[in-house]
Amino acid sequence: MATKVLMEALSPTMEEGRLVEWKKKEGDTVSAGDVLAEVETDKAVMDLVARAGGTLLKQLVTAGTTVPVAEVVAVIGQPGEEVAVEKPAGAKAAAPAPVAPPAPAAQVAAPAAPAPSAAPQTAPAPRPSERIKASPLARKIATERGVDLALVQGSGPDGRIVIKDLESARSGRVAPTAAPAAGAAVAMAPGEAYRDVPLSQIRKTIAKRLVQSIGPVPTFYLTTEVDMERVWDAREALNAGGRKGAEGESPKISFNDIVIKAVASALRQHPACNAWWQEDHIRYWNEVHVSMAVAVEEGLITPVIRYTDQKTLRQISLESRDLAARARERRLTPNEYSGGTFSVSNLGMFDIDQFTAVINPPEAGILAVGTIEQKAVVHEGALVPRRRMRITMSCDHRVIDGATGAAFLRTLKTMLENPLALVW
Amino acid sequence: MPTLTYRDALNQALREEMQRDPDVFLMGEEVGVYQGAYKVSRGLLEEFGPNRVVDTPITELGFAGVGVGAAMVGLRPIIEFMTWNFALLAIDQLVNSAAKMRYMSGGQVGVPIVFRGPSGSALQLAAQHSQSFESMYANIPGLKVVMPATPADAKGLLKSAVRDDDPIVFMEGEMLYNVKGEVPEGEYTLPIGVADIKRPGEHVTLVCHAKTVAIALKAAQQLEADGISAEVIDLRTIRPLDTAAIFESVGKTHRCVVVEEGWPFAGVGAQVVDEIQREVFDELDGPVLRVTGADVPMPYNKRLEKAAKVDADKVVDAVRKVTYTANS
Repeated sequence: MATKVLMEALSPTMEEGRLVEWKKKEGDTVSAGDVLAEVETDKAVMDLVARAGGTLLKQLVTAGTTVPVAEVVAVIGQPGEEVAVEKPAGAKAAAPAPVAPPAPAAQVAAPAAPAPSAAPQTAPAPRPSERIKASPLARKIATERGVDLALVQGSGPDGRIVIKDLESARSGRVAPTAAPAAGAAVAMAPGEAYRDVPLSQIRKTIAKRLVQSIGPVPTFYLTTEVDMERVWDAREALNAGGRKGAEGESPKISFNDIVIKAVASALRQHPACNAWWQEDHIRYWNEVHVSMAVAVEEGLITPVIRYTDQKTLRQISLESRDLAARARERRLTPNEYSGGTFSVSNLGMFDIDQFTAVINPPEAGILAVGTIEQKAVVHEGALVPRRRMRITMSCDHRVIDGATGAAFLRTLKTMLENPLALVW
Repeated sequence: MPTLTYRDALNQALREEMQRDPDVFLMGEEVGVYQGAYKVSRGLLEEFGPNRVVDTPITELGFAGVGVGAAMVGLRPIIEFMTWNFALLAIDQLVNSAAKMRYMSGGQVGVPIVFRGPSGSALQLAAQHSQSFESMYANIPGLKVVMPATPADAKGLLKSAVRDDDPIVFMEGEMLYNVKGEVPEGEYTLPIGVADIKRPGEHVTLVCHAKTVAIALKAAQQLEADGISAEVIDLRTIRPLDTAAIFESVGKTHRCVVVEEGWPFAGVGAQVVDEIQREVFDELDGPVLRVTGADVPMPYNKRLEKAAKVDADKVVDAVRKVTYTANS
């Protein structure tokens, strides 16, 4: 009994995938779980895995072909078994597709269920891995939160993921160490991943009016200039003082690492800026997950450093390098670039003095970091050269008001100007 | 507010409607001199006379047909069936005459009639007299099916039924006639087609009607001890079904159990489950379960009868499954 290998939906938004490279040749023996091919999705390059064992009887598309999700790309079966599968009608191959009469084409478009096999595999769209059982509600909430259900342990019958598994997955991961300071409006109980706050009438009105005025994400910008002399010295000292640690040699700490660390610490004090706009409510996060914008060849992606506020500078440095490197190779998994609560975008290395970054919804804020340069400034009554850096925060006005954003920036500026505050 | 039995609340509704509108009359077996097999029509013959409280022979098809005819020419008959089991003999008049007339006359002739009587099982009345037919009548376009669970609902809904311009199947609970409750005095009507939250809750929705409302409330009380808060929705009207109330509740609790006295196959719960999975699929955290009477003719044997009926323990078991709190 031959098994059809289908182009699978390897990301939640994937509609088609480009088969980059076959990892198995026709005639190769494969077992379930073997990587058959690499597929480039809309976001990353991922593995297409065999769902059944046997012999790879036929590759129906050549490397480089773009294939819609659910089309047959190969057949696995017993050697010598007859293969009766047509080439995918929707495949955009380099060679011109054969002109098929409408009726058979329609048949191909609806992939046939693999005949009378034992398991009731009637669902036409394949799952990225073994079918994940989850309640409809759990699926909906997981999609909203960007949670990868493959990582969640289900407690229901047959391992069904139910809503309480999503709750425990959140609260069980890392217990927040510090109680959130300040932010009187957003008090949170310990152990809570976030708190959903229904929109007050004034927030609703603000949201409605601003959207009418400026667009779907009514953004305003706050800029401040930070004195970087002390950060400069601190970084020099850190990097000079030997980078060997328990986990081996660490990379050089970058200014961006320090900015990310400071942003995370400042967010802990200003939960009002660590929030998601959710249309009918605002989700104030108790966890801090900073997204960092990474330029890649064809655009940009924002991998997330999870629980940023609880990580050391060294951990952030290691992780940001790893994420950035894999982002450039397009080797990130979807859960590594979703679920951030605030973003940092840095164009300092391109000599940009200051800029405004575009908010990454549903996050409510992003910090645009400019270059560090020496300027003549008045310092303690004298005109002296100082290293200065401009940072600009874009705020979703439906969530963050001017004063709220300004208070956050002031904390951030204080921390950067006195880096010891980061360990305070 | 005075406390009345369900029986007396119905009696009050009949009396008030007959006082209000001279076109309203009551007809059925033993409704007059004997004052009703269940005494729902007590005192009505004395007050309104034999022209408006009419004793009939044992001829269900006949007097149901007389009622439909009277309604077609402008009166507002209330036809009492001694029980809905006996109404099986009259079903042609309900389904083929009453339910169809407005449609087949192009809207010219309506049938403002109420068919009422006790429904469901009592105790050891055996297979032919222990039946719940609401899903059968609710299946018929043109009929409205109303089933009050409390004395106040009985009064409010019966008064609205009498005033409705279309045929109404009004099913009373044989075991509910002695249930007491506060009933508003005088003019008190309840809209047909509107469910009622008999108990608010957070974790699971119990959809029920008529006799099963009390069972669901008892189950909710047992569940409360274990920290499970159940919302009890009394449908009150089977058709038209108040789907909005069901969706709102399931949207809040994400879990649902439908409880009904009747048989499972194509029962009221089957319709409720269909609506839920179609309209609020993404709100569900598990399958919707049903608790129904057993899929057998009602046994006469006392123990078997108990086993065949819905009870609070069965509801609790189902809730444990949908809330993933079963001890298994």
